Order: sequence, then structure tokens, then C-alpha cells
Amino acid sequence: MRTAFINELINLARENERIFLLVADLGFSVVEPFAEEFPTRYLNVGIAEQNMAGIAAGLAMEDYCVFIYSIGNFPTLRCIEQIRNDITYHDLDVKIVAVGGGYSYAALGPSHHTTEELGMMRTIPGLIVCAPGDPDETRMLIRHLVTHRGPAYIRLGKAGEPKVHERLGSEVRIERIGQILPVIQASDSSSIAVFSTGSMLDYCASYLPAHGIMASLYSFPFVKPINREQLLDLFQTYDLIITIEEHQRSAGFGSAVIEMLHDFMTERALSKVPTIRRIAIDDLFISCAGTQSYLREQAGLCLKPEYFQSNEIHRNQHP
Amino acid sequence: MSNESLNLANEIRRTALKMVHRANASHIGGAFSMTDILAVMYSEILRLDPAAPKWPERDRFLLSKGHACSAHYAVLGLKGFFDLSELDGYASNGSRFISHTSYHIPGVEFSAGSLGHALPVACGLAVAGKRRQQNWRVYCLVSDGELDEGSNWEAILFAPQQQLDNLILIVDYNKIQSLGFVKDVIDLEPLAEKFTSFGWSVIEINGHDHAEIFESLSTSPEPGKPTVIIAHTVKGKGVDFMENKLLWHYKSPDASQLQEALGQIC
Repeated sequence: MRTAFINELINLARENERIFLLVADLGFSVVEPFAEEFPTRYLNVGIAEQNMAGIAAGLAMEDYCVFIYSIGNFPTLRCIEQIRNDITYHDLDVKIVAVGGGYSYAALGPSHHTTEELGMMRTIPGLIVCAPGDPDETRMLIRHLVTHRGPAYIRLGKAGEPKVHERLGSEVRIERIGQILPVIQASDSSSIAVFSTGSMLDYCASYLPAHGIMASLYSFPFVKPINREQLLDLFQTYDLIITIEEHQRSAGFGSAVIEMLHDFMTERALSKVPTIRRIAIDDLFISCAGTQSYLREQAGLCLKPEYFQSNEIHRNQHP
Repeated sequence: MSNESLNLANEIRRTALKMVHRANASHIGGAFSMTDILAVMYSEILRLDPAAPKWPERDRFLLSKGHACSAHYAVLGLKGFFDLSELDGYASNGSRFISHTSYHIPGVEFSAGSLGHALPVACGLAVAGKRRQQNWRVYCLVSDGELDEGSNWEAILFAPQQQLDNLILIVDYNKIQSLGFVKDVIDLEPLAEKFTSFGWSVIEINGHDHAEIFESLSTSPEPGKPTVIIAHTVKGKGVDFMENKLLWHYKSPDASQLQEALGQIC
């Protein structure tokens, strides 16, 4: 995803002289082509994320479209007040990019596990929060976000993720903020769907066919906002929905989905209420070494065949 | 220099006093310590157009100690950025004049409140100015206490590295912070030497002497170096019972204190 990101950013910077890239001394073998091609629109501020976020605000006040780039929690948690006060409160055109979402840097330990930031970013008013699912989503997302003047956070995986949409033949077209992307469309008889955000997508897209499970799969490149009409339609279509994210259970993607479900119920917008199972990290730090998939297993970020049984559906609910 | 800045300083103090009295608001002490600096800047230094607050060629002024906004709002109102009578509603229900600087107010570049935020933003503005070869300058005024914030020191390291000689930092060094004297909380001394060793061009002045303020702000910057003006000031300057008193970081003047204070400012 980071390769897709930087390549697309370079493409966009050739067309758009507003684009400026700030890094906090990270991005080895990633950002160099941008720095070489656009030296007047690139700056390494040093290991100083608070300063980077403030500088980004200043540049954006002068009409640059600023991307700030670092890894893990550094461009978010380390400078969350600058993101809130300087960037988002001032409604500035700054895109905050974190590489290494979830357990991408698994073996590096909890300091590098990026598993709370979606929730933290999601509560900041006016901040768009994104977690694309594969390189093509990343590319389309970046291209679309540049047309939107305002702050956004983008969680990326690392490098080398497979192109899920290309493998499955699903279309990746992001035309509006909040869009939900269909990935697998099960037959009409299936009333089960998996909602995935971020780089859990490849796992889900591999798991479902491998286990012969008839369920639809949707990718949510936006954790906030989520398109209201699309989501309402999905709630009406499916009886059982499984959300999956590489994030703590609190305040993340699954929380956003059930919050919206509840609001729809309050508004009496639903004729039926789907059962929702959330797969997320259960309030845990994981301090053992391991690969990303190992840590995902340790955290319980796994689909299981029993989750898709019809008795999972609680039918006696009323809107 | 004319008497304009001296007259403006008096008007700022009188206006700010009435504002905080009406609103029962705090921070008059820190507003008064920087008032003379604001008066000189807004009467003699800053290139601004009150009728066009976003004029692209303007100098950029960022107040980092946003809690001292009463003096900043006062000078902006007095210079015609908005109708001065709007300040009658300062900090009251529904007023856009909240009691920290707000960028929604004409003439305010940046909302402050949490300390240690404006200098990095000023660095971003200065980088933009350099990259686009603009002639305007960036001024940032910080308090002494907020130099405790690490974010400021990230920016203080950064600015010389990028040779931001279009950046002028002013430290309102009134020697008192929230819970005590600066020297007793986190001593900044030797402050000038710290900035010098970080690669800044350093000027120390009496922050209430308008001629010194003017001269320091009029000095051509050393090429390739950001400038810091360490302005030695007195908290509550201008009203004897407020001067150098921690209490006036918090307290609002009652009716009789207001009259007494107004009587001293003329």
C-alpha cells in the first residue's frame, strides 16, 4: 500500500502544484522519488511529529495540500492535539498518512502496534478517517481525497499487500467520501455479509471462498464518514453482519457500524434489524513477538465457520 | 516614532480592562505584559489591511499565548478589523469573541489556547513564504511559561535548520507563569544563550520601551537566521496593584478596581 500511495502521490503532484509532502525522518526507500522530483515541495522535519503537524497547518494556511507521513502511531497519537487544534479545527487541507496500521509492525512491539488511532481520530469533528483495503483502494482514495479540501487521516498497511479487487474482479471506484465497496457478492439466498476495513480485506477475501462460505464481503475504505444510504441498504439486505478490523473493540470501525445501526433504529428507518458480530481486539496489548498473522490470531482477529451459522441470527428483534 | 503606539497601548489596556471586567474573565496580567509590543507592532511594524484581513501580501502575526486575547482583540478592534462595540459581548453567551484567540475573528490568523502550538505553525508559514519567495514576514509571540512545552523546542531546532530568516519570535518574558515565578517552576535561564546556541539571532529588550521594541522589530534579520526578541516585561504592566502579581493571571477587576485601574492608564 505504501508503494501505491507514494506512486499515486507522485502522479498527483505532477498535476497539482499544491501538493507538499512532510516526513518526520521516516520513509526510507519510499519517499525518495518524491523528494527527488519535487524538492521544493518536500521536507524532512526530523523526528518531531508535533512540529510536523504544526508546520503542515502553516503550509496549508498558505494553500498547500499537505501530506504528512510517518509510521505507526507517530503521526497521530504523538501529535493528536496538533491534529485536533491546528489542523482540523482550522479545517486545513492536511492529509495525515500512517504506514503500518494494525499489527503491520507486529514484531516491533506495542509501541508500533497501531490499534487505537482509528477511534481517536474518529472523534475529532470534521476529520475524515480512512483505512483502504488494498493497493488499488489506496490509489483511488488518495486521488479522491486530493479533490476534497480538508483534513483526513489515512491508515495504510505496509508494502506488498495483494491486489484483492483485481484478484476477485471487483471494481474499485471511489467517487464520494464515505463510499462502501462491494468485493464479493454472494448469491441472493445468502443473508450474511462481512464488513472489513483496512488490510483485513485480503484475509477475509481469502477466507470466505477457501471455507466455502456463502457470504458477501464489503470493504470500507472510510471509517468516518460511512455513506448513510449505502449502509442503510446493507442493513436491510443482510440478517447477519460480521465486522472485522485490526483495532481495539472500543470506538473503532465496528463501533461506528453499530452506532449508525442504533441511530437508524431510533429514527425508525429500518424494517428489520440485522445481528452484528464485531471482531476486534478485546482491550489488549500484545507484547509477544510474532508475525502480523500470528498477532492477529492472538488477538482473536479471525473468522470462524460457526460465526456464519444461521443460529447466529437473532430473529426476535424489532426495529 | 510618533506617539501613536503609546496612545494605542493605553487604548488597548483600557479596552481590555473593560472587557475582562464585564465578562469576569481572567488573564489581564498576561495581556498587559504584551500590550506595548502589540501597540508598536500594530501601529508601526505589521503590514496589514483591516479592510482585507486576508490580503495575501500581509505580514502574518500569530499569538501563541491565546489566553491573553483581550489585548489582541482590543488592538484589532481599535485598528478597525471589526466594530469595536462587538467587544462589549466578549466571552458572553453566543459571542464569537471567546476567551482564547479565535481564527474566526478578522485579523486573527490562528486559534490558540493550548500552549506550544503557534510556533510550529509559524514555521510552516515561514517555509511557505520562503518556498514561494514572498516578502512578507511571520511574527509569533509566545509566553515565557509556554517555553516549557517541548513542541516549541522542536520548532526552535527546526527554524535555523531551514534558515527561516523571515520568522521573528517574540518572547513575552514577564517572569510569572501559572503557579509561580518562572525561575522557580522551570527556569529558562540562560535563555538568550539557549537561543544563540540553537542558531537564532537574539535581541533582548525592555518590552515596555516603545523605542526599543520598534528598533528590535525594525532590525534587518541576520541572513539565514530566525530572530528571537526576548522582551523583558512585567505582568500586569500599567496598573500598580496588578504589576508582578501572580493573582492577576486569574483575577478579574471588580467595579472599584476597574475605576482605579482606568485612572492609572492615561
